[in-house]
Amino acid sequence: MSAAKNINISLQIWRQKNSKEKGKMETYKLNDVSTASSFLEMLDQLNEQLVNERKEPIAFDHDCREGICGMCSLYINGRAHGPDTGITTCQLHMRMFNDGDTIVIEPWRSAAFPVIKDLIVDRTAFDRIQQAGGFVSVNTSGNTIDANTIPVPKDDADKAFEAAACIGCGACVATCKNGSAMLFVGAKVSQYALLPQGKVEATNRVLNMVRQMDEEGFGNCTNTGACEVECPKGISLENIARMNREYLSASLK
Amino acid sequence: MKLDSKIPEGHISQKWTDYKDHLKLVAPNNRPKIDIIVVGTGLAGASAAASFAEMGYNVKAFCYQDSPRRAHSIAAQGGINAAKNYQNDGDSTFRLFYDTIKGGDYRAREANVHRLAEVSGNIIDQCVAQGVPFARDYGGMLDNRSFGGTQVQRTFYAAGQTGQQLLLGAYSSLSRQIGLGKIDMYNRHEMLELVKVDGKARGIIARNLITGEIERHSAHAVIIATGGYGNVYFLSTNAMGSNVTAGWKIHKQGALFANPCYVQIHPTCIPVHGTNQSKLTLMSESLRNSGRIWVPKKKEDAEAIRAGKMKPTQIAEEDRDYYLERKYPAFGNLVPRDVASRAAKEVCDAGHGIEANDTNEGVYLDFSTEIQSKGKQTAYAKGNHNPSQEEILSLGKKWLEEKYGNLFTMYQKITDENPYETPMKIYPAVHYTMGGVWVDYNLQSTIPGCFVAGEANFSDHGANRLGASALMQGLADGYFVLPYTVSDYLSGDIRTGKISTDLPEFVEAEKNVKDSINKFLSNNGTKTVDHFHKRLGLIMWNKVGMGRNEKGLQEAIGEIASLKEEFYKDVYVPGSSDELNPELEKALRVADFIELGQLMAIDALQRKESCGGHFREEYQDAEGETLRDDENFKFVGAWEYKGYDIKNEELHKEELKYEFIKIAARNYK
Repeated sequence: MSAAKNINISLQIWRQKNSKEKGKMETYKLNDVSTASSFLEMLDQLNEQLVNERKEPIAFDHDCREGICGMCSLYINGRAHGPDTGITTCQLHMRMFNDGDTIVIEPWRSAAFPVIKDLIVDRTAFDRIQQAGGFVSVNTSGNTIDANTIPVPKDDADKAFEAAACIGCGACVATCKNGSAMLFVGAKVSQYALLPQGKVEATNRVLNMVRQMDEEGFGNCTNTGACEVECPKGISLENIARMNREYLSASLK
Repeated sequence: MKLDSKIPEGHISQKWTDYKDHLKLVAPNNRPKIDIIVVGTGLAGASAAASFAEMGYNVKAFCYQDSPRRAHSIAAQGGINAAKNYQNDGDSTFRLFYDTIKGGDYRAREANVHRLAEVSGNIIDQCVAQGVPFARDYGGMLDNRSFGGTQVQRTFYAAGQTGQQLLLGAYSSLSRQIGLGKIDMYNRHEMLELVKVDGKARGIIARNLITGEIERHSAHAVIIATGGYGNVYFLSTNAMGSNVTAGWKIHKQGALFANPCYVQIHPTCIPVHGTNQSKLTLMSESLRNSGRIWVPKKKEDAEAIRAGKMKPTQIAEEDRDYYLERKYPAFGNLVPRDVASRAAKEVCDAGHGIEANDTNEGVYLDFSTEIQSKGKQTAYAKGNHNPSQEEILSLGKKWLEEKYGNLFTMYQKITDENPYETPMKIYPAVHYTMGGVWVDYNLQSTIPGCFVAGEANFSDHGANRLGASALMQGLADGYFVLPYTVSDYLSGDIRTGKISTDLPEFVEAEKNVKDSINKFLSNNGTKTVDHFHKRLGLIMWNKVGMGRNEKGLQEAIGEIASLKEEFYKDVYVPGSSDELNPELEKALRVADFIELGQLMAIDALQRKESCGGHFREEYQDAEGETLRDDENFKFVGAWEYKGYDIKNEELHKEELKYEFIKIAARNYK
């Protein structure tokens, strides 16, 4: 383990008052950042400094700080969730940076995710895609059949789980040159396509979710694969292929 | 005020069934005339909102996050309990009920807990029907594992992400209803006041966190499902936005707040690294199935480790104190959370802590024994009966990786240490709050029409909570309790009609909210909100933390009162009210944390006994175990708000009756 030390850094951060006004990059200096701090703790430290200087702090999204809620975003030095793989921004630590570094921080950049303020974007398009069909229509009456009467082969259950592990952070969209949401939608479609419970509504589900995805203004997939590389949960491109197969067979019905 | 728990008569196994049969109903054609507000969209809130909408009511749901899918239920790792007895190890509704009451140190309500155990099986059925991908065995059946405080395998799980999968299940039901137009979803909204009309809950005042607009929303009933208040300590495992504001606002409007001093300290978190730390990260309790907890027996070894002069792997087997296995041979490393946490504090207080921070707080969670045994086992299974030490290590690590890989990676990212090579460092941290708004058997607070569900209420966990039981309570309340009890209440409202938000009560509530916001923005003090929150956290951790005593609690009560005065005088909140303003959001929440913190200390002071997560140092036996006082303290302590000075709050007692379980000292030896 490398012992923690303090470093001084320079930050270039996107500032934008609200969705209507134009934004621009601003430069900030921050000293004595512990390399044991997380990236978001570094931003807390900067905000504390800004508030003490009577300046407006930087707005950024964050919540669980355990890598699971999907709320944190940030394009850091040109990469979604920064210079490490398989993690969200809240899991990125300052030991990845060196004394004297300049770090560039931007919001997710995609037409379907408009900026709300500074580094915060609106990702409700994902919610609307899910509302279009990302569910099994079952009533909560307490009369559902015993769970073990729906056996699921372990391999299918494992694959469904891997698809369901998507945290909806939007890194896939942010990093895609086309602004495509197909990794997210593919993961949702796959989860239900792989399970017997999801089969009944499979046709409508994939047609409706894809239609909604297009209406939200996401781009198309050109198989670049950047989404898979930057996905903090390792969601596989296989899910896009499965969605395409589901979509094709649904379209032919 | 007289507390009426409304626990039905009859045998425990029949109470809920009989009661449900006699609850009043709202006919399907009348449900669209009735509006329900749900605040919070975690397991309890999302499942409740989806259920009400499915029944035909109009639902408005609110969450402060950008999407309901991000509620902090998502972070629960290990699993959810249910008395299915799929493993044929003798599990039953009664055993789950018994374990939960015992785990709660006999300070939970029998009838509520039994109902929870009763519907637990339905929760699994419901979630599977929704497509929640639980772990399966090779026969396609659901898999189970065990958790601290039990001797059966009743925990259903989805790797280390059970909370996420359950929440996404509830979120999918919620999304379906939003898509159908039966739920109006208000993301990035925060409830800042409850509106009462003729003594009944009839709506809320909410702030749109993006535009700053103050909105009035009316309804025939209001459900609060906003989670726990662990962030009163500043550092906790809760999400940064988790807060008590909705619960505290209804408290100020007349809802009693019960057992605020019951806070669960989870034994396996990553220790604090430094003063800029914002958040603590939990390592799943399931790791205790494979890890052995120890500290150096000799203080000089602990000192050498802290100074970086020695590595844990250099400490000989006989110089390690596996203190849980030594003290609790029957349960060993799987003792309940409060017992494991206290034992860790004890060895660190005695100078054996291993973390090189200000407090030296940290113990080892060591996987080397497991690596050896599983490595050898795997080699044998492959037909290699004479494996080299190298082969054993490699196979053992592979075994661990398959089981806990994501947790080990997470630990390494945070600490920069490889837990396959060196033991993990862990220490207890604030995790879950068992106290909350007082509710009766219907989950209704002392304000008619205001219901409270999940972690936000107090009813099911007593003084402590066993692992994998919080997810169970959230979904039980939302899917299977509230739909019945809230309908019973609403049956009186079918002729009420739409409630106008022009009523004077709404006007006044809105004015109060705006006044408090303006007060903060024009305060022009000198210190940040976090400055005060961190100071509150330190008082709470040091004096209302894992061990409490009379002197410390009295000091805390005074210190928090002074902090409150100073906060209102000297806090600086930048920005304006008509825009996205996270500092303002924090200020409004911290104001409530400060008051609740003081009430927690007051509650802890009056409870002159030790139980579960509440350890009063004056009340312990010769071996340092908790000493309950059933004669004088077998009650729920429910507090009534009496104005600005929290010290004036009045205590009401709900006697706890144990008719179906024999109350006994809790023994895990």
